[in-house]
Amino acid sequence: MNKRKVQFLLNNTLISSEVNPSLPLLDFIRKEKHLTGTKEVCKEGDCGACTVLLGTLTKNSVVYKTITSCIYPIANCSGKHVVTIEGINKEDLLLQQEIFADENASQCGFCTPGFLMSVTCYLLNNTDYKIEDAINAVGGNICRCTGYHSIIRALNNIIYELKNNSSNDRVQLLVAKNVIPDYFKEIKERLSTIQSDKKVNTEKSSLFISGGSDLFVQKPDMLLEEEAQFLLEYDLSYIYQNYDTIIIGSGTTFEEIKQSPILSKVIPTIKNDIDLVASLPIRNSATIGGNLTNASPIGDLTIILMALNSELVLTDGINERIIKLSDFYLDYKKLIKTNDEYIKEVLIQVPKGELKFSFEKVSKRTYLDIASVNSAMLIEVDGNKIINIFISAGGVAPVPKLLKETNQYFIGKDISIDTIDSALAVMQTEISPISDVRGSAEYKKILLGQLVKAHFLKLFPQLINEKEIV
Amino acid sequence: MKSSDVIKHVKGESIFVDDMPVPQGTLYASVFDSKIAHGKITKLDLSEALKVPGVVRIITYKDIPGENQIGNIIPDEHLLAVDTVEFIGEPIAIVIAETEMIAKKAKSKIKIEYEELTPITDPRDAYEKGSLIIPPRIFSMGDVENSFTGCEYIIEDRVEISGQEHLYLETQGAVAVPVEGSGIKIYSSTQGPTAVQSTAAKVLNLKMHQVEVDVLRLGGAFGGKEDQATPWAVMAALGAKLTNKPVKLILHRHDDLRMTGKRHPYSADYKIGLSKDYKILAYEVTFYQNAGAAADLSPAVLERTLFHTTNSYFIPNVKATAISCKTNLPPNTAFRGFGGPQGMFVIESAIHKAALSIGIEPYIIQKKNLLVEGSKFYYGQIAKRVNASKCWNEAVTRYSFDSIKNSVEEFNSKNILKKKGISFMPVCFGISFTNTMMNQASALVHIYTDGSVSVSTAAVEMGQGVNEKMINIASKVFSIDKVKVKVESTNTTRVANTSPTAASSAADLNGNALLFACNSLLARLKKHVAELLKLDDEKNIELVDGKILYNENETELDWNKLIRSANQHRISLTAQAFYATPDIHFDKKKEQGHPFAYHVYGTAITEVTVDCLRGTYEIDSVKVVHDYGKTLNHAIDLGQVEGGIVQGIGWMTVEELVQDSKGRLNSNSLSTYKVPDIYSAPKKLETYFLEDSENPYGPFKSKAVGEPPLMYGIGAFFAISNAVKAFNPYVDLKYSSPFTHEKTLMQLYQGRKTEKERSKITSSEIG
Ligand SMILES: Cc1cc2nc3c(=O)[nH]c(=O)nc-3n(C[C@@H](O)[C@@H](O)[C@H](O)COP(=O)(O)OP(=O)(O)OC[C@H]3O[C@@H](n4cnc5c(N)ncnc54)[C@H](O)[C@@H]3O)c2cc1C
Ligand code: FES
Ligand code: FES
Repeated sequence: MNKRKVQFLLNNTLISSEVNPSLPLLDFIRKEKHLTGTKEVCKEGDCGACTVLLGTLTKNSVVYKTITSCIYPIANCSGKHVVTIEGINKEDLLLQQEIFADENASQCGFCTPGFLMSVTCYLLNNTDYKIEDAINAVGGNICRCTGYHSIIRALNNIIYELKNNSSNDRVQLLVAKNVIPDYFKEIKERLSTIQSDKKVNTEKSSLFISGGSDLFVQKPDMLLEEEAQFLLEYDLSYIYQNYDTIIIGSGTTFEEIKQSPILSKVIPTIKNDIDLVASLPIRNSATIGGNLTNASPIGDLTIILMALNSELVLTDGINERIIKLSDFYLDYKKLIKTNDEYIKEVLIQVPKGELKFSFEKVSKRTYLDIASVNSAMLIEVDGNKIINIFISAGGVAPVPKLLKETNQYFIGKDISIDTIDSALAVMQTEISPISDVRGSAEYKKILLGQLVKAHFLKLFPQLINEKEIV
Repeated sequence: MKSSDVIKHVKGESIFVDDMPVPQGTLYASVFDSKIAHGKITKLDLSEALKVPGVVRIITYKDIPGENQIGNIIPDEHLLAVDTVEFIGEPIAIVIAETEMIAKKAKSKIKIEYEELTPITDPRDAYEKGSLIIPPRIFSMGDVENSFTGCEYIIEDRVEISGQEHLYLETQGAVAVPVEGSGIKIYSSTQGPTAVQSTAAKVLNLKMHQVEVDVLRLGGAFGGKEDQATPWAVMAALGAKLTNKPVKLILHRHDDLRMTGKRHPYSADYKIGLSKDYKILAYEVTFYQNAGAAADLSPAVLERTLFHTTNSYFIPNVKATAISCKTNLPPNTAFRGFGGPQGMFVIESAIHKAALSIGIEPYIIQKKNLLVEGSKFYYGQIAKRVNASKCWNEAVTRYSFDSIKNSVEEFNSKNILKKKGISFMPVCFGISFTNTMMNQASALVHIYTDGSVSVSTAAVEMGQGVNEKMINIASKVFSIDKVKVKVESTNTTRVANTSPTAASSAADLNGNALLFACNSLLARLKKHVAELLKLDDEKNIELVDGKILYNENETELDWNKLIRSANQHRISLTAQAFYATPDIHFDKKKEQGHPFAYHVYGTAITEVTVDCLRGTYEIDSVKVVHDYGKTLNHAIDLGQVEGGIVQGIGWMTVEELVQDSKGRLNSNSLSTYKVPDIYSAPKKLETYFLEDSENPYGPFKSKAVGEPPLMYGIGAFFAISNAVKAFNPYVDLKYSSPFTHEKTLMQLYQGRKTEKERSKITSSEIG
């Protein structure tokens, strides 16, 4: 088993350990450090009971985000501040703990530390508190007991207690408000002295780990036995624009995509769209590189990037090549890339002309669920006439699919119910959904049609009569 | 007022089984289970697995010192499979190793071969083949057959009800430690410490006094740890016994989902008859319960279905037949409501369908048939202190039902792609274990010389706040500060022969026992005060806020002084008390009696919006009037109602158990089995505590609250149905839960005519 030295702050303590770099952070916390406030429930990112904070030193401050520690490799914690419930506790209750207790926002208590970590992170990361955002911040935390309303009441009260408190120094303010303990003030200083052991990818392994949010769900045991390359160490997290090209590093997380001002110009609804993807702690760790490569036929980011007609830059560390995303998938989980290649970045040509974008996703549960069917559409029109169109669809074929024939049919036609109806007939010939736990084949066929209708209805309400479309 | 448990929870300091520091030398167990739903084991080869370094022992049925039997109601379930397996997930062997990883690894090296037999997964199939757990039971009153002839409307249909995964956040688990005298101490996450104790004794061939079971708290249970915590605790104990080392066994989530039973799926046929003025005259129903491969608690669950067949309604002629069908699924088990919800879903479906075919709103039928004071249940009990109409009427006025209705109608006439639906869901739920014998509890109270109080009862804390309620009771009787009272772990050496914490009754039964114990201490203390202060009238002595009053005047004594003095005067500061619910009985031969101490009533109004383009929905609001009696703890009771509603809505909407015909669970993880998240909760959730409700059977006139609210969630199903119908009047609604997004979309468009088609029809009609 390979080991390497990892250094980070765990709560108020410097950790400097020889560990298996693929050890899930949760196992280190609970089994090696015996900090049992962080709970294990699903071990696949789906419940939030294991939520901890991860603080990263930036130029001006330490930026905290929530992650689900059960599927987060400890290697990715290097040089960071990991905070568990024990790391925020003081002798007396913190403000947010006090209010949770007052509202009885905890019954069996198993979910509670996870909720409080999400809440604490929300309070650390924001200045202008809003209940919708606070709810979004705990959206990845499942509670089986309370029915959530006591939790929502608690969130409202916490916001009420902290509103109208602006300050240049967030940490200082929250320490004063009894939201975090005193030692947080020194974290910035302390992190800057930690030797970050970057670029320790000595072995040339073709097992790539980015956020780990997929790998640690699929094959946690195998990971402990194999050498891996931790791609996050290559600093592949960036979004910038170079003339007409948007360049997104493959290590960019879903949440960074959601917050990107550059992308929001192309996709004005990006915040709401990405909210339908996973939960905040997952979005904080899941990367687009992972989403594209895991080749799930229903990957949300993949479907979005496909409709944007993206290209991928593949590299084996030495050579690079560019291929179209729509050509990346050969068959179910079969990719055109070689074993040694990884995705370095994604390129999007900034659309010119009058372009509109829409993303639709329906799953069993609206939030924090994998799609039954998803679809994205980028469309360029001249008046009513469709000049160019890219509709992608997930969950209807073994691979995420660009609906080439359907798109072809649309081009040059005027937008109307009849055009859509005929195009949908073409669409049915190029999809082949299967029945599985996310829905029957029949359902998925019908659903995709509805989602394509929804694209048009949303983007061209003046051209489509609601009554006629259904 | 903060609950003492919750203060620990918010700091993450509460200890659950998996959090306990393990004793030195602890070994870890992992369970090897059947991969097929039905078959004979032809070969089991452990040799490769035993070679894995760090493996200490692999246990099979052959190693069991006592009986290989864990069946509770019926002895029909092996702890470890012998030569046949009857469900996927059936335990076959236990690997004991130095670490969890090693145990898991060794497990993957066990080789097994089977001769596969055809599994049964459908309860009707099982019935056809005569595969039953117990003979069918029939509850009846009046003359159903003949009364249908006098009915104006008769409706028949079939109803399908899916199961539900408990998804307690803490998975099943236990730690067993060998103790001197060949005994075992088990720390278990169980609702039934005595069940664990007696089963472990049976399997390990020990006396019950050699097995101590200790339960601190559970990270959720919902019935899933009433009977099904037992096997894992017993396996850990078996491991400890055979290796003479402490053994820890915590199920991984995937194992828990695959191996443990769930809420029972039911299939049912009904026939309902109504008079011209919508009185239900006759109701005949047959329930096919999917029990899974062993009895577990299924017969008791079945019985509760029979007791809740007519929900909140009085029906003069009833015939309910219930059949517990044995299939090749993991044995299904208790789950909040315990069969009651399934019974209620069928009658609500019948009323809904009847209303649609008559062409009236379902609530007209519902309201018309509500139970009244003195109504006779078909199982013989006379309904007393009936609050059915009171809750209903309060809901109608408090929540201005008329204006809800108007706004929904207006919304639906203005919107094409969104439709709203509303429903009423009245609930009447019987309180007491239907097995009369189980309605007993005891409590043990110590007052220490510093005035602090220690309480032990049979109740297990699992998030329902029973500990806090016990603290409320003791601190109220002694009139001392809550912090002076501590509730101890539930332990079989302190409180013996306990009923499980179940049937919503733990606070009632244990609270009453505790009340007795505290009152007897109080009497002793008062007597001592009288002696000490030379007062002749004990009656006028009162304990108030830590002070001792006589004729409402303060005396020189306070609580602490009194306790010290009592101890000095050699007065026992310990009391034990026992409670058995009075007045209840049931004759299983006649299927008649008075099984419940009382009933809990309530009414919910649910409003939903369906997105008719995408086939999705949102629960806008659930507005409830609930009969709590005189609540012991407002915050806890509110939490039970809110949590129950959302769990019930989950059962009716997003929670879909997907099983294939080979008995394999495909919704086998949290990524494929979805429970409500914060966004699935109703946008609005209002709860009103019915006033003027008292209950002579509850401590301080309170009522049980754990299970009944779950059934308000059933309203979501019918609200969605109504919205779908508003969009697609042509739909032939399916009464098949859960109402998933898939079913919503399919029914929105089933048989629906598009605008074009409709205009064609009208023009051809004109032409
Ligand atoms: C609770 C939960 C909810 C989720 N919800 C959604 C959802 O709503 N929608 C959705 O689309 N997905 C969802 N996912 C899946 C999500 O984890 C992946 O899609 C995610 O994008 C993977 O990114 P990662 O960086 O964590 O990948 P990793 O787990 O690190 O890697 C995934 C795969 O990609 C490979 N890989 C990673 N980066 C690269 C790269 N740059 N080049 C080449 N190969 C690479 C890895 O070797 C591995 O095979 C969810 C996952 C969880 C756990
Ligand atoms: S344990 Fe469920 S998200 Fe980590
Ligand atoms: S309090 Fe039990 S899961 Fe949230």
